[in-house]
Amino acid sequence: MVTELAATELLTRAWEIAAAVPDPELPALTVADLGILREVTIDGDRLIVSLTPTYSACPALHDIQREVASRLADAGFANAKVRAVLSPPWSTDLITADGRRKLAEAGIAPPRSVQRAAGPVPLTLFAAGPPVTCPRCGSADTERTAAFGSTACKDLRRCRACGEPFEHVKEI
Amino acid sequence: MGFDTAYEAITEENDTERWAYGTGFTDPMAGVDTSVPAGVDGADLAAYCLMLGDDALVMSHRLQQWLARAPELEEETALANIGLDLLGQARLLLTRAGAADGTGRSEDDYAFLRGEREFRNVRLAEVADADFAGLIARLLVFSTWRLALLARLTRSADPVLAAVAAQGVKELTYHRDYSAQWLIMLGDGTDYSRERAVAALAAVAPLVPELFEPTAVEDRLAAAGVAVDPAQLQAEFAAVLGQVLGEATLDWPTAPGLAGVSGQAGRHGVHTEAMGYLLAELQSLARATPGATW
Repeated sequence: MVTELAATELLTRAWEIAAAVPDPELPALTVADLGILREVTIDGDRLIVSLTPTYSACPALHDIQREVASRLADAGFANAKVRAVLSPPWSTDLITADGRRKLAEAGIAPPRSVQRAAGPVPLTLFAAGPPVTCPRCGSADTERTAAFGSTACKDLRRCRACGEPFEHVKEI
Repeated sequence: MGFDTAYEAITEENDTERWAYGTGFTDPMAGVDTSVPAGVDGADLAAYCLMLGDDALVMSHRLQQWLARAPELEEETALANIGLDLLGQARLLLTRAGAADGTGRSEDDYAFLRGEREFRNVRLAEVADADFAGLIARLLVFSTWRLALLARLTRSADPVLAAVAAQGVKELTYHRDYSAQWLIMLGDGTDYSRERAVAALAAVAPLVPELFEPTAVEDRLAAAGVAVDPAQLQAEFAAVLGQVLGEATLDWPTAPGLAGVSGQAGRHGVHTEAMGYLLAELQSLARATPGATW
């Protein structure tokens, strides 16, 4: 009982340490806010942290893995293993409510919910989809100016009400 | 060691840490169970991973050649992002190949140290683009075909292939939409843009029949539930292309397929002249300075 309790406490502590690591491309958010921290478990005496890449080529994953391992080592988890988990793939639906609030506060419009029906993936062509709200003035009168932005996870938009450009985390 | 900003992280004085360029990356599959499922031939699985991985690697390289040449900054950003997505898919698939065939070869070994005849990409991926319309037509064909393929591959009996495919589907959906929108703008645009779009379709059409011809490896793996029979992708491909071409007021040209050599083409390692030049650019630095990382 005592060891079980201790193990639970250790896992909770390890989770909190890993969860606090910021994403280098979206530094306002932690890996827990993003939903890429999948689980923290113990295998024997070794801590195992599972992280999921956001995109196949997510260039930040390696740095995040290194940072998680480093912070855990500083906290006394000497040989923690940080592993990649590919399935199920990451979705922007996994960004937490807290994460969405932090994105908006950083001037980045959070993603809408992912619409995915069964069958072949349909072409969207020029359909705008549900409105994206301007993180600066709150207007829903915005338009997309480019489908790809400064990082894999964002596109570029413009607010017709306040005239400001802004980034938006695109739905995947 | 800690960082608060992305800039700080990449400028840390530690030359073993790199972002998305150069060689010597850590295994992107670190910690993933890459054992070969029971009843699946490891050599066949590796060969299939090379086909799909080489398609992505070579197409990504062609996209990278557009950087600093695209007509607008937004398009350059788009092409860089699409190229990066495909490079990520290639890294996972080439690493999967090294695990499946038991050689343990790394993604770098496959990308930088194989000869032209060992590359298994379709020839569509390797040809040079005459202009921006040429790229758009090729990218639309490539992403429409690959999206249909990966969507089916999400049900593969190999859990690693299924996982890579599930991630790839999300990315390719954006690539296909991007190229479809541009083809519509070009085809239904000015007389000049239309002229270029028509020429682009004429150039890409002969490379299409090869996309739907299965090899013996694909036949065996499809029977085992691991691979997708490319012939099954034709109906969806035609439907999507038909929708885009309708909006673009363009017609699909009737053209015979580009001949191979004795019935062999890209999937058998028989490529066009463009491939040698592409590999020379891709591989020369790695071959001239073995073991170097950058």
